[in-house]
Amino acid sequence: MKIIAIDSSGLTASVAVIEDDNLIAEYNVQYKKTHSQTLLPMLDEIKGMIDLDLATVDAIAIAKGPGSFTGLRIGSATAKGLAGALDIPIVEISTLEGLACNLYGTDALVVPMMDARRSQVYTAVYEFIQQDDKYILSSVMEDSAMAVEDLLVKVNELGASLKKKIIFLGDGVPVYEDKIRELTDAVYTFAPAHMNRQRAAAFGYLAIDKVNSGDVVSAFDHAPEYLRLSQAERERNEGIKNKGSNY
Amino acid sequence: MDKDTAKDIKILAIESSCDETAAAVVRNGREVLSNIIYSQIALHTEYGGVVPEIASRKHIEKINKVIDSALKEAGTTLQDIDAIAVTYGPGLVGALLVGVSAAKAMAFATNKPLVGVHHIEGHISANYIENLNLEPPFMCLVVSGGHTHLVNVEDYGKYTILGKTRDDAAGEAFDKVARAIGLGYPGGPKIDRVAKEGNPDAIAFPRAKVENGEYDFSFSGLKSAVLNYLNQCEMKGEEIVVPDVAASFQKAVVDVLVDHSMDAVKRYGAKKFAIAGGVASNSSLRKAFEERCAKEKIEFYHPSPMYCTDNAAMIGVAGYYEFLAGTRHGYDLNAIPQLKLGER
Repeated sequence: MKIIAIDSSGLTASVAVIEDDNLIAEYNVQYKKTHSQTLLPMLDEIKGMIDLDLATVDAIAIAKGPGSFTGLRIGSATAKGLAGALDIPIVEISTLEGLACNLYGTDALVVPMMDARRSQVYTAVYEFIQQDDKYILSSVMEDSAMAVEDLLVKVNELGASLKKKIIFLGDGVPVYEDKIRELTDAVYTFAPAHMNRQRAAAFGYLAIDKVNSGDVVSAFDHAPEYLRLSQAERERNEGIKNKGSNY
Repeated sequence: MDKDTAKDIKILAIESSCDETAAAVVRNGREVLSNIIYSQIALHTEYGGVVPEIASRKHIEKINKVIDSALKEAGTTLQDIDAIAVTYGPGLVGALLVGVSAAKAMAFATNKPLVGVHHIEGHISANYIENLNLEPPFMCLVVSGGHTHLVNVEDYGKYTILGKTRDDAAGEAFDKVARAIGLGYPGGPKIDRVAKEGNPDAIAFPRAKVENGEYDFSFSGLKSAVLNYLNQCEMKGEEIVVPDVAASFQKAVVDVLVDHSMDAVKRYGAKKFAIAGGVASNSSLRKAFEERCAKEKIEFYHPSPMYCTDNAAMIGVAGYYEFLAGTRHGYDLNAIPQLKLGER
């Protein structure tokens, strides 16, 4: 099974072609150009480099969110254009799950965190559990947008009750490093450069099981999962709530 | 022309610059085979205007469905398309990016040429759809919620901007005034309708002149004058006659648009004049231009209302002429919110 995997949810742009147990190509860029300028040229370069025949691709894997709203849409529109034109399905993978997968097999609790602005991070807590001959990612705390202080309270609780060390990763780490150092009681480390950002290969790997189990969507139906309403909708809802409390 | 000659060129066009998700198939630059528009107006009405993030979210949900419907209705397939044209500016960047990213990916997946199109060039080109005899040169006034441009169309793809708005676009002024007199969003069609019941000479609103820009427009002063008038009425306890306010405001806008345009037509010796953009479907504006052009013996062109509002057919037409001129964009094509007309 051959999969094109795409992530442009955060600061990195990443594209990979994975076939069963083989990563044929991966291209990661963390640079100031917009994803709109980098993502498709990266895939085009991979295509030329590995003589990729697009007709042999079985599915498009996409980091579905959370992440930068615009970044997510550039990735999603690209995936939808590819999948629509090639008439193949889309596999949606949580950005945080894909990020956590970089640390395959660790005994530690994995805490991916992405800068969500407004003093929050997009975050989750995962652990790896062994199932037959491989490790499966299991969610300990679901994908959320929350203040880093609240996250660290939760992480301290989980670390103590599960007696596990913590590994933090993601582009939220450099933003909140001081807070993490100040507030984390558990034993922790930060993932190193080669595994601390989204890598499309991990999304491709996670997608294979999903394709096999039929957990796919059509190009028509895919849309990002933002975990947050737009600002206009939030303000409207708050307005309705405030009005409601006057009655 | 024979329907299936080898010379036929079919363009798939995609437009998502504001609050319409649209796709179309256009044959040989003049024949619209399909024109699908998913309008989001209802979604934005309660906010009193387009909310960019909500628009972008809706675009990504609808884009594939709209493109698929356009291909099906045209009785064609993606494989049978000669080039993919897409609006890449100006507009809301997040909204533009959805169409641009999808168009690029489809062009990449099918190995078809990609042609980026300027949104205003699309509006101007909408005039070619129903006027098969219209060819450049001509003068064109583009008036919409986001744009007010007086353009000299010298040739296909060759434009000189003679004037544009210094502040609010004409359509924006309509929206703001409509909100102030309680008509709601979108303001253009609502003011147009209510104004029919009113007296356009009831209130003397100002006709703005812009210094050092003969053909430039300014509508924020007019908008303020309307708001001041409403405030004064309220303070004096006088009744506000909404149809009169709407009609007098509309006439002030129309007078300025017509006068500037006709001055330019005379100065540049244009024989043909066209209007385009959402406000071009305003009945009062259309009537005023019809009368003035008839009087000055200038041929007057305008698209049907369905081609005045944002649509992809117009992008397919403009894309066709750009395609013929050799315009091709790469996979690094980006959305440019402030794209200038005539830039490549």
